[in-house]
Amino acid sequence: MEAQTLYEKLWSSHVVHQEADGTALIYIDRHLVHEVTSPQAFEGLKLAGRKPWRVSSIVATADHNTPTDHWDQGIQDPVSRQQVETLDANIREVGALAYFPFKDERQGIVHVIGPENGATLPGMTVVCGDSHTSTHGAFGCLAHGIGTSEVEHVLATQCLLQKKSKTLLIKVEGQLGRGVTAKDIVLAIIGRIGTAGGTGYAMEFGGSAIRALSMEGRMTICNMAIEAGARAGMVGVDETTVAYLKDKPFAPTGESWDKAVTYWRTLKSDEGATFDKVVELDAATIQPQVTWGTSPEMVVTVNDRVPDPAGEADPVRREGMERALKYMGLEANTPMSEIRVDQVFIGSCTNSRIEDLREAAAVAKGRSKADNVRRVLVVPGSGLVKRQAEAEGLHEVFLAAGFEWREPGCSMCLAMNADRLEPGERCASTSNRNFEGRQGAGGRTHLVSPAMAAAAAVTGHFVDVRTLG
Amino acid sequence: MKPFTVLDGLVAPLDRANVDTDAIIPKQFLKSIKRSGFGPNAFDEWRYLDVGQPGQDNSKRPLNPDFVLNQPRYQGAQILLTRDNFGCGSSREHAPWALEDYGFRVLIGPSFADIFFNNSFKNGLLPIKLGADEVDELFRQCIATEGYSLKVDLAAQTVTRPDGRVIAFDVDPFRKECLLNGWDDIGLTLRHADKIRAFEAQRRAAHPYYFA
Ligand code: SF4
Repeated sequence: MEAQTLYEKLWSSHVVHQEADGTALIYIDRHLVHEVTSPQAFEGLKLAGRKPWRVSSIVATADHNTPTDHWDQGIQDPVSRQQVETLDANIREVGALAYFPFKDERQGIVHVIGPENGATLPGMTVVCGDSHTSTHGAFGCLAHGIGTSEVEHVLATQCLLQKKSKTLLIKVEGQLGRGVTAKDIVLAIIGRIGTAGGTGYAMEFGGSAIRALSMEGRMTICNMAIEAGARAGMVGVDETTVAYLKDKPFAPTGESWDKAVTYWRTLKSDEGATFDKVVELDAATIQPQVTWGTSPEMVVTVNDRVPDPAGEADPVRREGMERALKYMGLEANTPMSEIRVDQVFIGSCTNSRIEDLREAAAVAKGRSKADNVRRVLVVPGSGLVKRQAEAEGLHEVFLAAGFEWREPGCSMCLAMNADRLEPGERCASTSNRNFEGRQGAGGRTHLVSPAMAAAAAVTGHFVDVRTLG
Repeated sequence: MKPFTVLDGLVAPLDRANVDTDAIIPKQFLKSIKRSGFGPNAFDEWRYLDVGQPGQDNSKRPLNPDFVLNQPRYQGAQILLTRDNFGCGSSREHAPWALEDYGFRVLIGPSFADIFFNNSFKNGLLPIKLGADEVDELFRQCIATEGYSLKVDLAAQTVTRPDGRVIAFDVDPFRKECLLNGWDDIGLTLRHADKIRAFEAQRRAAHPYYFA
C-alpha cells in the first residue's frame, strides 16, 4: 500500500459519504460542548424537532464564563449565569457521556478535561465549538474547531461536512536548549510561517524535538496550530501517547485496551509519505519567545528589540505594524527586556496543565512578585490539575511569591468572566491570542511560555528566563 | 437559511489585514443565547468611542467618526471589502451573525480564515476570494468613488464593476448549490441517515472503545 500521512489515515477512516465535488460527510466520534457556542445549536435542534444522534459522544463542561474565585457566591454576572444555566438545562434534557458543570471537581477548560479524562483518544475525530480544539490532535486524532451551525449539525447527524485539507509537515529536529519550551517552539513556528501560513492545511508536527515532548508539550503546540491558520494540528502516536492514556477514566481497559493500543500504534505518518508542504526548524536555535504586537505572528525572541516598521517594505504590513505598536504603547527598537508588565496570567488551554504549572513554580520558587506587577493570576486548567498541583505543593510556591491561586476556567485568556486587564495594562500571558482587547478592552497582551511569564512576574519586565539561574 | 442569487450592493472598504473575530464582535456580546441582534455591536470597539456592554441602547452611544463604516457614504453597504486573513481567531459563529445582522451579504478579500469562511456560508453570507491585485483595485475605486457598488452573481460566479469589468470567482459547487437554494445542511445530511447508521455500526464493531 502507498505510504500515507497520519491525516490521510484519519480522514479515510471517517468518510461516510462523498459528493462529486469532494465535500465529504465525516463521522464524529467525540463532541465536546461548552456554554458559549452551544445554546443556539440546542435551540435550533429543538425548533426543528430533532434529537441528538448519539448522546454518548458528548462530553460537556462550563469554562468560558465561570468565575475563578468566590465560588461560594455563584456566578455574579447575570448574562454569564444564564449561559451556564442554559448549558445545564440542555445537558439535563438530552444527556451526555459526561458533564462537568460549574464547581464539579472535574470541571475545567474543555481542552484540558477531554484528554485528562481519556475522552480524547487516538484515531478519533474530535470536534468542539471552539477553535482551540486543535489541541486534541496531540493524541493522533483529527480534531477541529467548528461553528455553532456545525455544532447543531453534529448533534443532529453525528457528521460534519468537510473537504479534505492539504497536508503540511512541520519538522522540528534537534534538541531544545535549557529553559526553552513547547510554547517557544510553536511561537517560533508561527513567527516563521505567519498566522495564515497553515490556512487550508492539516498540520502535523514531527521531528525529534516533538517526539521528545511530553503530552502536555504536544498539546501546547497543537493548541496553537489554529493561530498559524490550520484548523487541525496533530502529532503521531508513540509510547508517550500510550503511557499518558493508561488508566484514564474513559480510556479502555483490559483486552479492549490491548486491542486499541495495537491500532493506535499505526496512527502515524508512514515512512516516505508525502506532504503538500514541509517546513523545517532547528530546535537548537529556538530561543524564548515574546510577542510584541496584536497578532501571534508578531513575535521575536526575548533578546531582540521591538521591530521597526520603517524596515518593512510591504505597505499593508507596515501599517499593521504601526497600528500594533500604537495599540501596544511601544516604541520601535525598544529592547524587549525593558518592557515592564502590570499583570501576569498563567493559564488557558495552551498552558494550564500540570507541567506548565511546574515550570512556572520552578521559576517562582524562593522569589516574589515584583512591586510594579499589580497581579499575578495562576489559573489551573481543571479541577484535576488543581488538586495535583496542590498535592505537589505548587500552590504554596505561588502564594509565597505573592501570586494568586485560582479556581479552574478560561479566565483572563479571553476575559469573559471578571478576570481582565484594565485599559492600557500590559500583561505577560501564557495564553494563545494577543488580539486587541482580548484580555479586556484596551489591554495589552504579550504571549510567552509559563517559565517566561513567571520570570516576568518576579522581575517586573520581560527577561530571558535562562539568566535567572 | 436565506437564499443568495444576485446582489447589486453598495461597497464599504475595511482596509486592514488580520481582522479577527474578537474585533468583528467583542466577547462581551457572546454571552447572548440567541442568534440575532448582534449587528449593532459589529466592530463595536472601532465603531463607538465608549466601551460597549450588552443590553445598551446603541443609538445613544458616541460614534467614532474615524471608523470607515461610520462615514455617511457607506451607510447601507451590503458588500464589505477586506484584506488578508479576515475572520481569523475564534470559531464563534457570532462573527458572521454580526456581519449578516449588520446588513452585509458579501465579503470580498484576498484571503479568509478557514473556520470563519466556512461559517459564513452557513449563514447566507458569501465570502469571495479574489487576487490581491484585483482587491487592491477595488479598494482604490471604492475609495475614489462615492456610491461605489458591485454586482455579485453567484450562479454565474462573477463580480461586475461599475466600469463593466467582470471578475470571475471560485466557489465550491456544493456550497454554491446550498446558498443558491437556501438549503439547510442538516436536512441534506439526513438524506444519508442510512449510510451514517451503517458506518456507525461498522465502526462500533471494529473499535468498540470509541463508543463507551
Ligand atoms: S482557555 Fe482561552 S483559548 Fe482556550 S478555550 Fe478557553 S477561551 Fe478559548
